[in-house]
Amino acid sequence: MQFFFEVLIGGLLAGVMYSMVAIGFVLIFKASGVFNFAQGAMVLFSALTYVSLVERDLSPWLALPITLATMLLLGVLIERVVLRRLVNRSPMTLFMATLGLSFIIEGASQALWGAQVHGLELGVPDLPIEISGVFISQFDLFAAATAAVMVAALSLVANRTRLGIALRAVADDPLAALSLGISLPRVWGAVWAIAGVVALVAGLLWGARTGVQFSLSLVVLKALPVLIIGGFTSINGTIVAGLIVGASEKLAEVYVGSLMGGGIEGWFPYVLALGFLVVRPTGLFGEASVERV
Amino acid sequence: MSRRIPPALALLLLALAAPLVADDYWFNAILIPFFTLALAGLGLNILTGFAGQLSLGSAAFMAVGAFAAYNFNLRIPELPLLASFALGGLTASLVGIAFGLPSLRIKGFYLIVSTLAAQFFVQWALTKFAWFSNDNPSGVITAPRLIVFGHDFSTPVGRYWLTLGVVAGLTLAASSLLASPTGRRFMAVRDMETAARVMGVPIFRTKLLAFAVSSFYCGVAGVLWAFCYLGTVEPHGLDLTRSFQVLFIIIIGGLGSVAGSFLGAAFIVLLPVLLDHVAHGVLEGSLDAGNLENAQKLVFGSLILLFLIKEPEGLARLLTVASRAVAQRLLPRNFPRASAPITVLTATTEARRDLFRKWRQS
Amino acid sequence: MSALALSGAAPSAASASETASSSGRGTPLLALERISLSFKGIRAVNEIGFEVARGEICALIGPNGAGKSSLLNVVSGVYRPESGAIVFDGQRRSHVEPAWAARQGISRTFQNIALFKGMSVEDNLLTGTTLTTRASFLEHALGLPRARSDERRQRAEVAEVLGLIGLTDHRSAPVGKLPYGLQKRVELGRALAARPRLLLLDEPFAGMSASEKQEMAELVLSVNTRLGTTILLIEHDMGLVMDLSDHVVVLDYGRKIADGAPDVVCRDSAVIDAYLGVDHTSSSGGVPGSARATSSAASAPGAALEVA
Repeated sequence: MQFFFEVLIGGLLAGVMYSMVAIGFVLIFKASGVFNFAQGAMVLFSALTYVSLVERDLSPWLALPITLATMLLLGVLIERVVLRRLVNRSPMTLFMATLGLSFIIEGASQALWGAQVHGLELGVPDLPIEISGVFISQFDLFAAATAAVMVAALSLVANRTRLGIALRAVADDPLAALSLGISLPRVWGAVWAIAGVVALVAGLLWGARTGVQFSLSLVVLKALPVLIIGGFTSINGTIVAGLIVGASEKLAEVYVGSLMGGGIEGWFPYVLALGFLVVRPTGLFGEASVERV
Repeated sequence: MSRRIPPALALLLLALAAPLVADDYWFNAILIPFFTLALAGLGLNILTGFAGQLSLGSAAFMAVGAFAAYNFNLRIPELPLLASFALGGLTASLVGIAFGLPSLRIKGFYLIVSTLAAQFFVQWALTKFAWFSNDNPSGVITAPRLIVFGHDFSTPVGRYWLTLGVVAGLTLAASSLLASPTGRRFMAVRDMETAARVMGVPIFRTKLLAFAVSSFYCGVAGVLWAFCYLGTVEPHGLDLTRSFQVLFIIIIGGLGSVAGSFLGAAFIVLLPVLLDHVAHGVLEGSLDAGNLENAQKLVFGSLILLFLIKEPEGLARLLTVASRAVAQRLLPRNFPRASAPITVLTATTEARRDLFRKWRQS
Repeated sequence: MSALALSGAAPSAASASETASSSGRGTPLLALERISLSFKGIRAVNEIGFEVARGEICALIGPNGAGKSSLLNVVSGVYRPESGAIVFDGQRRSHVEPAWAARQGISRTFQNIALFKGMSVEDNLLTGTTLTTRASFLEHALGLPRARSDERRQRAEVAEVLGLIGLTDHRSAPVGKLPYGLQKRVELGRALAARPRLLLLDEPFAGMSASEKQEMAELVLSVNTRLGTTILLIEHDMGLVMDLSDHVVVLDYGRKIADGAPDVVCRDSAVIDAYLGVDHTSSSGGVPGSARATSSAASAPGAALEVA
C-alpha cells in the first residue's frame, strides 16, 4: 500500500511539472488562438541559456535575470517578426508556423550552446523525505511548490493588473477588445513574453530533474495530452489534467506496464487523452462552442 | 488535368533517363529515397492536404507497412514480392483506419492526438514484441531479395526501377482518385464540413477513407524505404522525427498538390546534400555532423516560416507562377497577361429559357 | 474494402414538375409543427409551425435574431429541435439528419457563404452532384468504366447549371477569387446541381448591388416557375419579398407573428410594429391599420416598406 502511495505521489508531482509546461500553451492559446508548438523549444532554450551562463562561471544570481530578460525578448521578437505576418490565417497555418519556429529555436540553441548534456543544480537535492511512512522526493515537493507560486502569480496578474484584464478581454473577444482601444499586438507580445518566463521556470525545474539536453523539447509532446484532457483554455483544467496524466502514467507503467514488458509511458497518456476525447470531445473543462452557420 | 500532365511527363522522362547518367551513389543516396519520401508525402498529402486531417503519424504507418511486408514475405512461402508490398500497404491501411476512428467524435486540431498515439504506440509495439522482427536477437533484419517476375532487382539500378515503377503507378492512381468525386469529397470535408454534410457527403466514411488510402500509401512507402532504400527493416528510423519530415515535405512542397509532394521531397533530400557541399567547399569541412544537423534545422525552420508567410501553397504554387511567367515571355499569345475582370454576366432571357427547357427534359 | 465503397444512393428526387402534377398536389411539401429550439437557455425558436405548399416560393422574414436561420438549419438537419416535428412530403420526423435531407432532395445555401474555397467553381458545383456517384473509390482510382460514366454524367449536369447561372466561362476560377455577388451565385448553382425538390435560401440577395439583385431574383424566379422547385427563402428586402413570394411567414423573437399572402401580411399590425415600421410623413400613403409609431421603427420618411 505504501508503495502504491509512493508511486501515486511521485506521479502527481510529475504531473505538476507537465502542467507547468502546459500552462505556457494555455496562455498563448487563450490570448491568440495559437497552439504554440515552439513552447518545448523555448523550454530547452531557456534552460540551455541559463546553464551555459552558469558554466561560464557566472553567478546564478546574475545568470537568472539575464536568462529572464532573454526569454522576454524572445517572446516579443516572435510576436513581432513572425506572428504579426500571420494574422488571420488558419489555425493549421499558425500551428505549422510554430513548428517552424521550434526548429529554428532548437537549431539555434544547439548551434550556440552545443549539444552535450548539461547538469543543472538548483540547490535542492533529489533526496527523499519521509512523511508518515511514505517517501517523497524533496525536489518534487519543491517543484510543486514553485508551480503553485507561479500559478498564484499568474492568476494575480490575470485578475488584478490592467494587463491581465486586457488579456482576458482579448481572449474573450479580440474585435471587441480592439474597439476598446486595447492594442492587440502589445497584448500578444506580453503574452508571449510571459509564456517565455513560464518556459524558463519549467526549463529550470525539468533541467534539474533530467539534465539539460535536446530531449527536453520533447516535453511539449507530453503536455499535449494534458492540454487535451484539460480543455486547452482553462488553467485550472490544465492543473487537474496534469495531475491525472502524471499519476495515471506512473501507475499504469508500474502496474500494467510490467505485464507488457514496460515502456508504456511513451504512449499511455495519448491513449488516455484519446479516451477522454471520445467521451468528452471538448476536454474536461473546455467549453463546447456552438457552431453558427 | 491536361495542365498537369506535361510536368509529370517531364519528370517521368527524366526519371527514365536517369540510369544513363546516374551512378550507384545517386541511386542509393538520392533517387531512391527521393521517390520513397515523395510517395510518403503523397500519402500524407491525401490525408492532410486534401482531406484536411492533420497527421503526425506518417512514419508509424510506414513502419507498419515495412514490418507487415517483411512478415508476410517471411511466413508465406512463394508469396510474390509485389503481393507482399500490397499486403504491407493494406495492413498499414487497417492500422490507419483504427487510429482514424476517433475522428467520428474529435474535430480538427484535437485529432492530432490520435496520430501521435499511433506514432508512439506503433514504435513501442514493433520494438517490444520480438515476433515482428522474427525473434532476431540483434533486432536488425535484412530485407528479402527483390525478385519480381523472376527478375532480380537487388542491384542499385534494379532497386531504382522497382521504386520508380511502384511510385509511378501509385501516383497515377492517386491523381485519378483526387480528381474524381471521391477527391472532391475529401476537399469538401477539408474546406467546410457542415456544408458538405448538408449536401449528403458521408463525413465519417469520407474521413476514414482518407485515413485508409493515406496509410496505404505511407505503408507502401515504408516497404520501399526498408526493402529498396535501407536494405534493413527497423523501426528506429521511422520515428516522430521522420513523421515531421514528411509533414515538412508537404508544407514546403504544397498542401493539396500531388506535384508538391515530389517537389517537397526533392527539397528535403537535396538540401542536406547541398549544405554538405557548401560546407566542404566554402567552409572547408568545418561543419561536422552535429553542426550540419543544426544548420539544417535552422534552414528548414526558416524556410517553413518563409513559405507560410509568403507563399502558403508552397513550391508547387511558386513553380506554377514561375512557369507561367516564363511562358508569358515566350508565348505571349497563348498566355494573356491579366485575365479580364469578372463582371456580372447576363444570359439573355431566350438563352436561359432554352437552358431551362433542356434541363427539364434531361 | 467494399464496406468503404462510397457509391451513393441514386437521388430520390423526381423532377419537381412531376411531383406538382401528382395526386399529392394538395399536401404541403414541407410542414413544421410546433418546432422549439434553445441555445444555452435562450429560446431561439418557440413553437413555430407553418406549411410550404408544393411549387410555391415562401419567404421567411423578421428582425435579426428572430430565429429564421435556425429554422432553416432545423429543416436541413444542422440543428436538432427540442420538440416539434418536421413533415417532408408526408414523412414525419422529430428531427432531420443532414444526409437524409440531402437524399430527399433538400438543398440549401448559407448566410455566410459556405463555398469550398479550395476548389474551383466547377468543382464546387460538382460536389453538389455527389449523391449521384455510383462508382466506388477504387473504380475512380483505376479509371474504370463506371467511374468514367460518373464523371461524364456529373460534368454534363454541371455544365448546364453553369449555363443557368451564367458562369460557364469562369468554371475553372478558384471561388475565393470571385466577387461576392458571383460567389452567391455559385452557391446557388451548387444547390441546384443536386436537382432539389426543396431549395432553402438563406439571404440569397444580401450584400448585392441593385443590378445583381435583379439578376439573382430572376434566376430564383426562373428556378421556381420553370423547374417547379419549391423555395423557402429568408430575405430582408421587402420589395423582393413582395415581388417573388407567394407566401410570407413573419417571425419575431422566435415566435410566428404572421402567416399568409404577402399583401395581407404586410398590413398586419403586429408585423408592422415588430418589423416594418410606420410611415409618419404621408397622410394618404402609409400602411392602413396602424397609426402607432414604435420605438424601434426606423421610419425614414417615405420608406415604409424597405428594410435593409
